[in-house]
Amino acid sequence: MIANFGYKDGSGDFFISIDTDKCNGCGDCVPVCPADVLEVRDNEFDPLAEDKMAAVTEAQRKKIKYACSACKSETNATLPCIEACKLDAIVHSW
Amino acid sequence: MAKEFWRWKEYNWKHEDIDWKTGSVISAGVDVGSVSSQAVILVDGELYAYANMRTGSNSPMSASNAMTWALENTGMTLEDIHFTVGTGYGRVNVPFANKTITEIACHARGANKMYGNSVRTLLDMGGQDCKAISCDDRGKVTNFLMNDKCAAGTGRGMEVFADLLSLPIEEIGDLSFQVDEEPEPVSSTCVIFAKSEATGLLREGWPKNKVLAAYSSAMAHRVVSLLERIEIKPDFAITGGIAKNSGVVKRLEKEIGIKALTTTYDTQIAGAFGAALFGMALCEKSRK
Repeated sequence: MIANFGYKDGSGDFFISIDTDKCNGCGDCVPVCPADVLEVRDNEFDPLAEDKMAAVTEAQRKKIKYACSACKSETNATLPCIEACKLDAIVHSW
Repeated sequence: MAKEFWRWKEYNWKHEDIDWKTGSVISAGVDVGSVSSQAVILVDGELYAYANMRTGSNSPMSASNAMTWALENTGMTLEDIHFTVGTGYGRVNVPFANKTITEIACHARGANKMYGNSVRTLLDMGGQDCKAISCDDRGKVTNFLMNDKCAAGTGRGMEVFADLLSLPIEEIGDLSFQVDEEPEPVSSTCVIFAKSEATGLLREGWPKNKVLAAYSSAMAHRVVSLLERIEIKPDFAITGGIAKNSGVVKRLEKEIGIKALTTTYDTQIAGAFGAALFGMALCEKSRK
């Protein structure tokens, strides 16, 4: 499953996509995020399974444009969360 | 008191031919949304009773009220229900729920039952958010996105317009087609700005129906971009209150070039229906 966390508003589309078929819930992406955007929790979109997945926290979901801006400056060629994910499960839409 | 044009009919329903006492699993789903709340009761997976009403300022109360209304005249009590799942925006506020499940999973599951297992793309146009969901033949979510940061393309936006134009909300779908020619959509997708734009158009002398047409097509256009992000694959279905608004549905169908499936079920109960189906599955799992 591709889970798109984020929003679309007048200024653009801001989504962090987690590919749950790739994500194994290892949590490597969690500590590298300076804004605490990511966490590992139950895969709530498949209630009958009992696997864990990385997800965007509820507190940050509607403001990731701002929360992620620190890592998106030109000096940062690769985002730390994407770099930390060995399974290539994380994609940013912007 | 002034007439409230935005107010839609609240109701409950019960299947007369099912005797719930003969059922082995009685499950319930309660969907507490930002605008409306539904309670659905299933007997062995078949729709037995439901209620659909407005969510008040008190979510636990709305959940209880919807459930009480669904149980009305059934002879059933809360204790007779084996498993209850809470879903929706206010799912943590369903005091009698055994489990809570996100409405995204529930809508996909509910639509799979209501529209058939050929549904691959689902659009839930709710009261204050909009969800685009891809699912497989078992109603399992394969891709989704939700937009709840902006009220453009939501039921509440339509309620605001019904009020502004003094037209009953249940009639505005048909009325929006009673125009000489289809106008350009309003340029703002934001409900607040669209409303001020519409006020300007009315002042210019536009008939109400034409303003409605311009807003309905803006709303349809708005949700297409959400759908495109998850890819639109047939069959396509719409759940939620806006699915009852032909003015938006037909314009949306035209824009994406796919006809939406129709159902005999109430489109607003998809979330609660899916929750109750999950409740049945979880109950059976716990008995094993």
